[in-house]
Amino acid sequence: MYAFDFVKAASVEEAVSALASGEAQALGGGQTLIPTLKARLADPGTLISLAHIDSLKFVRAGDGMVEIGGGTTHATVAAETAQTYPGLADLAGRIGDPSVRNRGTIGGSLANNDPSACYPAAALGSGATIVTNSREIAADDFFEGMFATSLEEGEIVTAVKFPIPEKSHYEKMAQPASRFPLVAVFVAKFADGVRVAVTGASNDGVFRWAEAEKALSADFSVAAVQELKHSDDDMIADLHGTAAYRAHLIGVMTRRAVAQMV
Amino acid sequence: MPKDSGIGASSKRREDLRFLTGNGKYTDDVNVAGQSHAVFVRSDLAHGRIESIDVTEAEAAPGVLKVFTAKDFEGVGGVPCGWCVTDKHGEPMQEPKHPVLAEGKVRHVGDPYAVVVAETLDQARNAAELIDADITELPAVVNMKDALKDGATKVHDDLTSNLCYDWGFVEENKGAVDEAIRNAHHVTTLELVNNRLIANPMEPRVAVGEYDPWKDEHTLWTTSQNPHVIRLLMGAFVLGIPEHKLRVIAPDVGGGFGTKIFHYAEEAFCTFAAKALKRPVKWTCTRSEAFMSDAHGRDHVSKIELAMDESGKFLALRTDTYANMGAYLSTFAPSVPTWLHGTLMAGNYITPLIYVNVKAVFTNTVPVDAYRGAGRPEATYQLERVVDKAAREMGIDPVELRRRNFINKDQFPYDTPVAVTYDTGDYHATMDKLLEISDRDGFAARKAESAARGKLRGYGVAHYIEACGIAPSNLVGQLGARAGLYESATVRVNATGSISVMTGSHSHGQGHETSFAQVVADMLGIPEEQIDIIHGDTARTPMGMGTYGSRSIAVGGSAMVRATEKIIAKAKKIASHLMEASESDVEFANGQFTVAGTDKSVAWGDVCLAAYVPHNYPLEDIEPGLEETSFYDPANFTYPSGGYCCEVEVDPDTGKVDVVAFSAADDFGNVINPMIVEGQVHGGVAQGIGQAVLENCVYDENGQLLTGSYMDYAMPRAYDVPMFTVDHSCQTPCTHNPLGVKGCGEAGAIGSPPAIVNAVLDALNDFGIDHIDMPLSPQRVWAAMQDAKSGA
Repeated sequence: MYAFDFVKAASVEEAVSALASGEAQALGGGQTLIPTLKARLADPGTLISLAHIDSLKFVRAGDGMVEIGGGTTHATVAAETAQTYPGLADLAGRIGDPSVRNRGTIGGSLANNDPSACYPAAALGSGATIVTNSREIAADDFFEGMFATSLEEGEIVTAVKFPIPEKSHYEKMAQPASRFPLVAVFVAKFADGVRVAVTGASNDGVFRWAEAEKALSADFSVAAVQELKHSDDDMIADLHGTAAYRAHLIGVMTRRAVAQMV
Repeated sequence: MPKDSGIGASSKRREDLRFLTGNGKYTDDVNVAGQSHAVFVRSDLAHGRIESIDVTEAEAAPGVLKVFTAKDFEGVGGVPCGWCVTDKHGEPMQEPKHPVLAEGKVRHVGDPYAVVVAETLDQARNAAELIDADITELPAVVNMKDALKDGATKVHDDLTSNLCYDWGFVEENKGAVDEAIRNAHHVTTLELVNNRLIANPMEPRVAVGEYDPWKDEHTLWTTSQNPHVIRLLMGAFVLGIPEHKLRVIAPDVGGGFGTKIFHYAEEAFCTFAAKALKRPVKWTCTRSEAFMSDAHGRDHVSKIELAMDESGKFLALRTDTYANMGAYLSTFAPSVPTWLHGTLMAGNYITPLIYVNVKAVFTNTVPVDAYRGAGRPEATYQLERVVDKAAREMGIDPVELRRRNFINKDQFPYDTPVAVTYDTGDYHATMDKLLEISDRDGFAARKAESAARGKLRGYGVAHYIEACGIAPSNLVGQLGARAGLYESATVRVNATGSISVMTGSHSHGQGHETSFAQVVADMLGIPEEQIDIIHGDTARTPMGMGTYGSRSIAVGGSAMVRATEKIIAKAKKIASHLMEASESDVEFANGQFTVAGTDKSVAWGDVCLAAYVPHNYPLEDIEPGLEETSFYDPANFTYPSGGYCCEVEVDPDTGKVDVVAFSAADDFGNVINPMIVEGQVHGGVAQGIGQAVLENCVYDENGQLLTGSYMDYAMPRAYDVPMFTVDHSCQTPCTHNPLGVKGCGEAGAIGSPPAIVNAVLDALNDFGIDHIDMPLSPQRVWAAMQDAKSGA
C-alpha cells in the first residue's frame, strides 16, 4: 500500500468537492479497492471515504419500488428487502462472505462494475435507475463494459431505485477459487415482460439476453428456453471456463432460475 | 470405557486455549528492539539474464540501510539440498547451485535478485521500486517433456541438460517386468497427472535475524517444522556459523504441511544481514509472495501399466513418471519422487514384479518439494486409479479385485519387491470396516434418490499404504539422505515432581503438547497437567530432526518413552533407598513406588524431591538429579494403511462435483489421542478433496504463474467438505516401536484423492469415461461429458 491522505466525508457534497480536488478516489466498502491498494496496484493520493455519510444508508419501499442508498451494505440489503423484493435480498445475501457483505456497498459494487459481480445483474435485470449526486441513469445506459460505467469522474452513486417485479430469481454458478459468479443469471418477470441479465460470462460485462427475454415474455416456462443456446462469441475464457462452457452455463442458469419461479 | 487421561484418552488440546484466544506467539509476533525490515525484489520473468542491477537510487531513498544483491554473497554458500539421488547408471544427480540471491540469471517468477533493508517496511517497499534491474528475457521451459528435448533451453547453463536424474527402481528387475507385461493376459494402462499444489499454510513464512556482537551469537526466529535442521543446513552449508553460535527458534507455527520443512534463502538472508548491518532484520512474506516462493508440491506426470492374469491377479506393474523439480533443488525434493514414492508402489497388494522409472526435471518454475504425504500420495493415486480402471476392464467389482490381490494378515512381515518390509497390517479388516461405515449396501437406494433430483451419484473406494516414521538413519543414509533421521527427547523432572519434556519434534498444529504429555503421564501415573512439552528452540531442546512424514509420535514419542523409562529406572533406585528395600522388589504404578508384599510406599513427588535434595540419598551409587535424554532411531518405517470411500454427486448440466459423503477406516496401530487422530484425518481428507476437486497451480507457456492468488487458486472451504465418518478401530500395532504406533498425519491426504476420482468416474459410468485429470473442476467434468457424448 502506498501512503495516502484520508478524508472522512460527512456529506455527499463534501465528498464531491473533495473528489474534485486533484488525485482522489472515493472509498465505499473497500472490498475491491483495499486489496488493490494493498497490492500497490493503485496510488490514489487521497481516499475520500463515503462510509460515514448517513444519507447514503437507507432502504425504502413504496409505489412498486425499492430505493436503496448507495452506501448500504449487502447485509443490510439482504435483511431489509427480504419482504419487499426477495429476489434481490437473496442475491445480496449470497455475495461473498459475511465480512464482504458487512463492508461492501451497493453503490461501490455498481460503480466498479466488475464483470463477475452480482449486483450489476440485479440492477440490469430489474431495469433499475442509478441515482447519482447529479442525475439519474437507467441501468440500460449505465453499464458500459468491463469495469466501465457512464459515471463521470468524481460522480457518486447515491441511490438505486429498483422496480419490484412480480417474481425474480438469481441463479449463480460459482467460480471455484474466487466464488464470484463464473456465470450467473438474474431473471425478473414484470407485468409488461421479462428481463434476463447475465453476469460473469462476457468480456463486455453484464448484459441482457434478448432471445431469452423474448421467449420468456411470450411464454414464461422452462420449455420456452429449453432449446435456447447463447452464442459463445465474446465470452470470457480463462482457467475456470472456456467460452463454450460459459455460453452453455448461461442456458443452464437461465432455465434453473425460471424453474424456481414457475 | 474411554479413558479420561493418558494413552487412549481424547484429552482436550491444551494449546488451543492460546490459539483460539489470540495468545499464540508466532514468528511475526517477534519484534526485536532496533529491528529493520527486509523486502525481497523478485523476478517477474520466468527466465532471464541479469545484465545489471542499479541500486543507487534505492540506496539513497529515505530510511534505506542497504540494498543487497548477489555480489554481497560472494563467498557465501548456496542453499543446500539434503538428499542426493543416484541415477540408474549409478551416477549422482545433477545438482545446481541455489544462490541466496539470483546470480547471473533469474530462473522462475518469484526468484529474488535483490533485497532492500530499511528502517520501516514501507520505506523498504518504496525503495524496492527504485531498483533498476536490466534483465533480458530468455525462453522459459515449463513443460517437463519439452524441457528434456534436445536443444531445449537450459535452466542451468552449467548442467548438461534439464534432467536432474533418471532413476530406475529396481533397475535389475526391469527386464523381468517388461517380459511379464508383454506376456500377460491383460494389461491396464493409464496416463495421469498429479496436479501441482501450493500448500498455503494459514501463517505465511517469516524470518527474524539477530546478531549479538557481545557473544558473537546469531539468533534466527523462523516459521519452521524443524529448527535443528535449519541450524545445521544454514550454519554448516550456507553461512559457516558453528552450531554453538547459532540459535534457531520456531515458536508457534501456523501450519506447515511440508512446505516449512525446507531451508529457504530468506532465512539465510536475515541471519546474514543482521550481522552485516549490526541490526536485527525481519521479513514477513506476503500472501502474494508465498504463492511464488513457498516450495510447491506434487506435479508428476505418470504412465502406469498393470499386468494381470485371467482371474485379475496382479503379475507386474510398471510406471514411468516425470517429476518436476522446479528451478532449484529444494531441501528434500529429490527424495520425494524416488524413495518416498517408488518404495510404495506395491500398495496393499501382492505384485511380484515392479519397476518404477522417474525422470526428475528442472523447469522455470518454483521449486517443488514435499507436501503432506510427499511421494506417497502420488504412488497411491496411480495405483488406486489403475486398479479401478483394471476392475472395469476386467469386469470385476473394484472391491473384489482389491481383495483378490491384498497381502493377507498371515503374510506379515511382508517383503515387497520395492525394497521395504511391511511389519503389520490387516487390509481385509479395514476394507470390511470401510464397507460397513460407508453403507455400501445402501448405495443403490441413495443413487436412485440422487437421480430423482437429477444428480449422478457415484461410489468410489481406494486402499492405501504409507511409510511413516521416517526413519532408520542407516537406511536413509544408504538411500542418499545427508542427515540422520532419529529423534530425541529429554525428560527433566523438577524437584517438586513437575516435568519438562524437551523434544526434537515440532508441533505446528498437530497437538503434540497434548498427546506427548499423555504418553509421559501414562507411564508415570501422574496428571497430564504436571507435564510441559517444550519444542521449537535449538537452545532448549536436544538435537532433533523435526516433524514431517507422520514421524513425531512414532519416532519422537518413542524417544520420549525411552527417556521416561530411564527416569523410572533411576527413580526406582532412589525409592528403594528411601524404603530400605531391594531395588528388584520395588514396583511403580499410579505415581506410587511400593515394595512388593509390604505396605511400604513412597510417592512420586517424594522421590523427585530426594533427587534434588539428596540428604538421604544413595550418593555412592547414583548421581543426584532426575533428568534423562534418549535418542531413538527406529528399526524400520511404520506402515499405516486403510480404506477410504467417497460418495459424490455430479451435476450433469454443469459438471459440478459435490463430495456428499466420505468414510475412512484407518489402521494407525495404537492411538494416543483418538480426537486428535480423527482431526488429523479430517484435515488430511479436506486437503485431498482440495487436490481432487479444486486446487491447481497453473503456469502458462511463458512460465507466468496464472494462479497467483486466491482469486484463481481454489482452496477448499468448509462447505466443500461433508461430515466425515472416520474409524480407527482396526489396529495392528507397529512391532518395532515401544508405543505400537504408526502415525496418522498424512493418511487423509494420501488415501482420499483416488477415492474421490474413482467415485466421480463411477457416477459417470454411463458415459464410458476412463479418466479425468485432477482437479475435477466443473469445466473439466462437463468437457469430459461433452467429449464422451460426441464420441471424441
